[in-house]
Amino acid sequence: MTLAAAWVRARLFSSPVNAVLTAACVAFLYWTVPPALDWLVFSADFAGESRADCTGGGACWVFVKARIGQFLYGFYPEGERWRVNLAFALLAAAGVALLWPGLRRKGTVALLLLLLFPPVAGILFHGGAGLPVVETAKWGGLFLTLVVAGVGIAASFPIGIALALGRQSRLPAIKALCVAFIELVRGVPLITVLFMASVMLPLFLPEGVTFDKLLRALAGIALFYAAYMAEVVRGGLQAIPRTQYEAAESLGCSYWQMMRLIVLPQALRHVIPGIVGIFIALFKDTTLVLIIGLFDLLGIVQAAVSDPQWIGYNVEGYVFAGLGFWLFCFGLSRFSQMLEHRLAFSRRQRTSTT
Amino acid sequence: MMSAGRAARRERLRAAAIQGLVLAAVAGVAAWFVDNTLGNLAQRGIASGFGFLDSTAGFAIVVHLIDYSELSTYGRAFLVGLINTLVVSAVGIVAATVIGVLVGVARLSDNWLVGRLATVYVETFRNLPLLLQIFFWYFAVLSAMPPPRQSHALLGMIFLNNRGLYLPKPLLTTELWLIAAALLAGIVAAALLRRRLRGSGSALAWLSLALGPAAVLAVLTEPIAGWSMPQLRAFSFDGGMVLIPEFVGLVLGLSFYTGAYIAENVRSGILAVDKGQREAAAALGLSRGQMLRLVILPQAMRVIVPPLTSHYLSLTKNSSLAAAIGYPELVSVFAGTVLSQTGQAVEVIAITMAVYLAISLAIAGAMSLYNRRVVHIGEGR
Repeated sequence: MTLAAAWVRARLFSSPVNAVLTAACVAFLYWTVPPALDWLVFSADFAGESRADCTGGGACWVFVKARIGQFLYGFYPEGERWRVNLAFALLAAAGVALLWPGLRRKGTVALLLLLLFPPVAGILFHGGAGLPVVETAKWGGLFLTLVVAGVGIAASFPIGIALALGRQSRLPAIKALCVAFIELVRGVPLITVLFMASVMLPLFLPEGVTFDKLLRALAGIALFYAAYMAEVVRGGLQAIPRTQYEAAESLGCSYWQMMRLIVLPQALRHVIPGIVGIFIALFKDTTLVLIIGLFDLLGIVQAAVSDPQWIGYNVEGYVFAGLGFWLFCFGLSRFSQMLEHRLAFSRRQRTSTT
Repeated sequence: MMSAGRAARRERLRAAAIQGLVLAAVAGVAAWFVDNTLGNLAQRGIASGFGFLDSTAGFAIVVHLIDYSELSTYGRAFLVGLINTLVVSAVGIVAATVIGVLVGVARLSDNWLVGRLATVYVETFRNLPLLLQIFFWYFAVLSAMPPPRQSHALLGMIFLNNRGLYLPKPLLTTELWLIAAALLAGIVAAALLRRRLRGSGSALAWLSLALGPAAVLAVLTEPIAGWSMPQLRAFSFDGGMVLIPEFVGLVLGLSFYTGAYIAENVRSGILAVDKGQREAAAALGLSRGQMLRLVILPQAMRVIVPPLTSHYLSLTKNSSLAAAIGYPELVSVFAGTVLSQTGQAVEVIAITMAVYLAISLAIAGAMSLYNRRVVHIGEGR
């Protein structure tokens, strides 16, 4: 008891200024938290089907419930949604296997994930091989957000590494090209790149050649974030001491052997927080595809709150979408911290045993 | 010797071959794009070139700080959009910096509750998409404001309603730029003479040099003849000036979002200052405020400034999200309306990208100058 009292005195009332600050915070919480909880839960309506069922004066979660199918899958036909679920279940299973401590054959799982999963998911999502085709125009909601984020991350990572290596290259022409690309992309907003992908790319291609709007957006996002990734990876490359390169060369390694076996594993480990930071930024920026007319989670929520049937319930929609994005982004950042700790720990162990 | 020379020559040849191939491939793809584009444009009957900038725009823009009407040219519309981008970015940068510094310091507070609240703020706003936040402020908060007759009022001078934020407006007699120029000149002079002023030891001298010219000019010319107050007429407000909801929503979104990043930036900068510095300051009997102002912040600035630059830059680039709520800044006016009216996709996107690139390079340049000075001061002792 006295311990608690001592803590309160030290951490909340150590000085007059602190006492005033504490009082202000308590007042702020008193004015905000109970009404927010009341709106979110106590006065909210959960049961029912239409806006007539929302009578409690709080949040109308009926709206989210009525639209949940769209929020998660967009306009993907209801009978085919199992395909999306199956693909994400496979991905989740692989993810669990990779993270499971002590499980063997992680290399095999990773290889399967890299080589087999993309075509399998592609066929499941889009159709073919006996499955009816679902055009990308019907993709939407959280599903589309995850597709854009997943493909964007998977594509921008290797391109970013290639750009970073190119920027460090001894070949002046390669270096100049990479520097120009990186600096140009980092100097402009993502929206202009997406506009370019949606209005300029069709001009660049021969008459009659068109390709999917989603694919164009994906290309734009992947190339855009590759430039940021390149700068993060470059930071890691610069942290590797010269002697590592020299040791690799003296062992007779070729350029690619040196990079693949010695330099990159160390460099990437150095910059894990930066890499995950870019993944998070990319995840949040998937929302920008709504500006060029794709319906990601935010896009579909925005369309739903503009529906005259449900007008006036936009806060509910934003809270739902926000919760979805927040869970992923916060989870990713915690995951990166965990990884960092684990790597730092294993490094410390290794150095202490040698 | 022989073989080493041959190996070196072969290495050089290989390097030249690789570079030649890559350059040829890039040039080939570029040429193919240009060829296709010219063909496509010819087919659509669009003449390439920048001549369209001189034709009449024919559309109105709600917010324009320079003269603009439907009869103005596309070039003028571009200028209006550019100025709006700069204004919204400048306001956003100031607000985000204030929020970021306050919250960053709060996160390190002794006070448990203050620290916790600051952490909750940072983790909430950093992990939500900016576009979602802008939508929230604009569609959920500002659109739900009462009509003008039931405005929220502050001190009877500031009003918030669903038409926007109404503020008192100064009635200027002199050209405002004259005062601004005097202010800028004063600050630049004071900054240049800072080292020498430090000898005389008074902040007062520095301040009077920085603000003096503008103050003298202000007294001599009496630039503000009075204030125009917003007044409620039948259904709307008269007088004063109004910030439209699109502007307010965009600034709120940008500054709360970037503020969370700046807070983390400030926090890590302060944490980077050696613990011994803090202990030494405490041993000298400095108060907490003095310690922060005189010992910690000047050293923390060295760590804070480089990432701060990139936060300012990303805020400026993020202001382009205005396109989604219709605030008429560069992307919305030029890459949106002008592009769809003229169809000059290549020229319009190129100009838009060039503008952002120029802003980015300018801010990066200015910050690196400042940064060099901050580092220099630190090492000069």
